[in-house]
Amino acid sequence: MLAATGSKSMEDIYCDVPAEALLAKTIDLPPHQGEMEVERAISAMAAKNLNTAEAPSFLGGGAYRHHVPATVDAMIQRGEFLTAYTPYQPEVSQGTLQYLFEFQTQVALMTGMEVANASMYDGATACAEAVSMAGRVSKRKGAVVSGGLHPHYRDTTSTISGIHGMDINLAEANYTGDEDLISLIDDDTACVVVQNPDFFGHVSDLNPLATACHEAGALLIAVVTEVVSMGAITSPGAMGADIVAAEGQSIGNALNYGGPTVGLLAVHNKHLRQMPGRVCGQTTDTDGKRGFVLTLSTREQHIRREKATSNICTNSGLCALAFTVHMTLLGETGFARLAQLNHASAVTLADKLSGIAGVQVINETFFNEFTLRLSGPAAAAVEAMAAKGVLGGIPVSRLYPDNPDMENLLLVAATEVTTGDDMDALVSALSEVL
Amino acid sequence: MSMKFTKDHEWINVDGDTATIGITSYAQEQLGDVVFVEIPDAGKDVDQGDDAGVVESVKAASEIFAPISGQITEGNAVLEDAPATINADAEGDGWIFKMTISDASQLDDLMDADAYKTHLAELE
Repeated sequence: MLAATGSKSMEDIYCDVPAEALLAKTIDLPPHQGEMEVERAISAMAAKNLNTAEAPSFLGGGAYRHHVPATVDAMIQRGEFLTAYTPYQPEVSQGTLQYLFEFQTQVALMTGMEVANASMYDGATACAEAVSMAGRVSKRKGAVVSGGLHPHYRDTTSTISGIHGMDINLAEANYTGDEDLISLIDDDTACVVVQNPDFFGHVSDLNPLATACHEAGALLIAVVTEVVSMGAITSPGAMGADIVAAEGQSIGNALNYGGPTVGLLAVHNKHLRQMPGRVCGQTTDTDGKRGFVLTLSTREQHIRREKATSNICTNSGLCALAFTVHMTLLGETGFARLAQLNHASAVTLADKLSGIAGVQVINETFFNEFTLRLSGPAAAAVEAMAAKGVLGGIPVSRLYPDNPDMENLLLVAATEVTTGDDMDALVSALSEVL
Repeated sequence: MSMKFTKDHEWINVDGDTATIGITSYAQEQLGDVVFVEIPDAGKDVDQGDDAGVVESVKAASEIFAPISGQITEGNAVLEDAPATINADAEGDGWIFKMTISDASQLDDLMDADAYKTHLAELE
């Protein structure tokens, strides 16, 4: 194998891993232990964590704590769904294909777009794929990226779309919510990428930006990291977005230490052939009965190889099913109501927090997440609150380590599961540590 | 000038300064029902052998290559709504694009009808 890959040693094969990330020595593990001893040892290690199920948590930043009805688990753990293979053979996969079609329909409806695919890995790669797609559609290379885009999405897009040949133009990090992206659009702009609500929570009307993009021949890519927001805010499609890339985790999927999650990608019909990812279509069989199949496969790499729209030829099936089941239980009315509960929760919390000396809510607008300016470094405050058993939020410095002007900013989220007691615990802890 | 053929089953018909290109009847039969044709943009310059579009059938996607060098002038708009025209009349109404001819000598590299028939016989 070494000869076939042109490597001289095993170390050569790992040449892309940064030296500081490579394990320097072997891990010291006993050769074997009994099941009871292992269980005890691992449980003791896990007990060192303070997790969101047992502590008041205000963590958000792209992954949100919501209630997932027990029905979701009961459905996704059914063997027919849990272990079913990729539905390449429609004659034995109608169940899987039907839920994928329903998933696509739900995503298209909530984003206000004409068609959605059967899901991507996550919101960040969906964002990157959207940028690359805009490059293909417009035959241009420039991507203007908002300073309010989640830093992980920014980095992922820079890496992936950069490799695809796009020139990524990153606007200055912006926590005030009043950015001017229109002036950054030029003749080589393929797309403008904006997150709504943005990383700091600000909610915007995307219509003016959409108009400016279209006048310049560019596409507007709207990113949504908290899909529940679309139950209360005008959909990105209705505001003029050409591509919507979103993270679906909030519906049907628990936090799970960060994953797996489910990326959403929705476009207009005229761009469908440039959209990557798996797509399920409705058709009729030889008896005229309704059936579902994977379709438009010539966009995918297993058919077109290097000429495919992307190398993805899979989807996040089980997470997409969880999303579909939860959305089915909510319905449109329930989804809107869920969004209202989230917003109300955050408004109540913001009111309580504004009353604390040394705390200022910087947002004029927000959905279920907003940014606080504290009288001191947020990272230290968060550590101190954790010691008191409260997960107080995300210190912005964690994602913007090179921006001293953001050192005192704390990102705080509240959802339908945040109780009055949780909020009082945060108010109390924050008052004490500042 | 009579129709000429490439090894990849494209045909080319020259009329003055313009060449018309399509895929052969043999090719459409191999491909099966054509469902979509990606036609090259007018104004695109191509060299002999460059990618110049794709014909998608229910079972495969097949590249079309420019048989000679020149500039694409026109795509067959009929194929947008009726891609199966290629199955019905591959060497007539199912033409795919027209182009200019930058080097007429390149036509000498191509097969005439008899040579193409022989080529097909060898494939079987």
